[in-house]
Amino acid sequence: MDQQRSPHTKVFIQRDFSDGIPVKFQTRYPPELEGRVDRATYERTINTINEMFADAESLGSRTYCESCFACLTGYIALLCMDTYYEKTLKKVRIYLEEQNQTIYMSRGVMLIDPAERGLRILEIDISSMDTPQR
Amino acid sequence: MKDYYTAVSTTGFSNTKTGEEQDSQEIQIKMTKTVRRWEVFPGKNKFYCGGRIMMARQAGVFYLTCALIIITSGLFFAFDCVYLAIKVTPAIPAIGGALFIFVMATLLRTSFSDPGVIPRASAEEAAEMERQNEVANPNSPGTYRPPPRTKEVVIKGQVIKLKYCFTCKIFRPPRASHCSLCDNCVERFDHHCPWVGNCVGRRNYRYFYLFILSLSLLCIYIFACVLTNLILRAQEDNFLTAMKDSPASVIEALVCFFSIWSVVGLAGFHSYLTASELTTNEDIKGTFTAKRGQDNFNPFSKGTLFKNCMGVLCGPNPPSLLDRRGHVVPETETVSHVSVGHAEKDANMVISHHEYYGSTHITTQKTNNIGTSTNPDRPVTVVTDETPPEGIKKRDMISYQTPDGTINNKVPPISGSGVSPGPNCIGKKNHIWDMTLNQLDYLGHRVNIYPVNHGGVNYYRDQNSRQSNPYPLSPGYREDLNQKFVASRGVSTGDFQGVNY
Repeated sequence: MDQQRSPHTKVFIQRDFSDGIPVKFQTRYPPELEGRVDRATYERTINTINEMFADAESLGSRTYCESCFACLTGYIALLCMDTYYEKTLKKVRIYLEEQNQTIYMSRGVMLIDPAERGLRILEIDISSMDTPQR
Repeated sequence: MKDYYTAVSTTGFSNTKTGEEQDSQEIQIKMTKTVRRWEVFPGKNKFYCGGRIMMARQAGVFYLTCALIIITSGLFFAFDCVYLAIKVTPAIPAIGGALFIFVMATLLRTSFSDPGVIPRASAEEAAEMERQNEVANPNSPGTYRPPPRTKEVVIKGQVIKLKYCFTCKIFRPPRASHCSLCDNCVERFDHHCPWVGNCVGRRNYRYFYLFILSLSLLCIYIFACVLTNLILRAQEDNFLTAMKDSPASVIEALVCFFSIWSVVGLAGFHSYLTASELTTNEDIKGTFTAKRGQDNFNPFSKGTLFKNCMGVLCGPNPPSLLDRRGHVVPETETVSHVSVGHAEKDANMVISHHEYYGSTHITTQKTNNIGTSTNPDRPVTVVTDETPPEGIKKRDMISYQTPDGTINNKVPPISGSGVSPGPNCIGKKNHIWDMTLNQLDYLGHRVNIYPVNHGGVNYYRDQNSRQSNPYPLSPGYREDLNQKFVASRGVSTGDFQGVNY
């Protein structure tokens, strides 16, 4: 019902919880992208995002040192420094912007930064050709 | 922004009307400029310092916690430490001071941070979910089916049910739960702790655990030092004069003696939970106990006790997903069908906090509060014979949403299918579903003001509520008088006690 009026189709890529609660998006290719973005390109993008999040969610040495340092300062240090996770979020945003510019925008597709949707979903906006843009 | 907020919250009931009007005009002007996300946040939280600090609404017990810790430690540093530093060693106040600072830092961090609230679904996302469910049920064209209330995912071979949250319009991720006190879904929900005045969830469990751990150490430390103090003094004279000499020590000893048991017990319990990577919620519910079959295990455990502890204490610091200080970008959708009263959409603000009304009161509710609102009561105006008070007269056009989704600008029948008072909602799932789906159905017909990013949060100025609510003490009325933006909140959790959250 809304779909006919709206010039955009929205596809929501859900989270993949098969590895637990770390952020990971489903890599299944949405049929709405058929004819716009090929499967391999799409999957590469999603996999790259998933890798970035997996890196941020894992207990690596960087995270470990950061947490220990923050703990020693009574967590006051966290007030004035970005955590590794926050840096990753920035990286994801920059990556998606770059991907949008180089690949997706020209094909009428836009990936929305999942941080803007609370990391619950990855929203893909597809502008439909048949409906005139406002 | 901060000034603005305090100005608002101090506008009490007792203000003169003119002052209030000036105030609200001022606010209205400012509101059009910058509204930050925290101001339109749909959960029941309190925010301070321009949204940097986030707490539950009832924080009384938190102040008690703070007072107990600060007063007891203060007495300890002021009286016992002075004596002990001279008689025994100056290391005693140093260690005590470090412990005290750590306790307070972790306490404040637990209380003031976002516990890991999952933002609610935007209107579009919720609508999309309904659409998907319609596709899934092709047998009934034209009519929506309620989406399945649970979805199953397999994590490491263990089947986990994801429940649908009616308030947040999302399938909750594994381990998340909806806190009824804060009205938010919280990731890796542990429990709502009134002592720290906040939920304990994924983002602040570490601080909470370290808080109770260090607090139990501090308790034991102070208790031991106080006893040493009394015994040393008693050696000079007898025990009674020692107590007379330092009465503060007696108070501290009593406070410590009584709190040690609960604090140490709690620390022990949470050490067990940390080591086995469980949450209090899961432990109490017995989610992963073997009673349902031998293959029931905790899929979130990392294997060894040590790894689990490391995961909790040194794991990644997930960022807050709320973007509380971000600006709300009012997005006015093009409206194909203007519904009632949009000409004065600034003026005819809602009293949307009447989520839960007992019976026939004048509940003038706005009908275009669509977005996230799954108001369990239908947007129905029940009018009694009484003349509406002054504040209501702007909203004399009343929309009534009938069960089949049409909107009549009429006064609905007082009895009959249209009106189902709150308490009867339990068990009437269809009734609730009608509501949700109708609202979604009419998304396109409303002026939705919602932030682009987090979506779905409609906000209204609540300027008329103070004058217009004729029943400030009626049952179910929530004390929202000081709240400026009554974001349309979701289902009153009271209505869903029957539904297993």
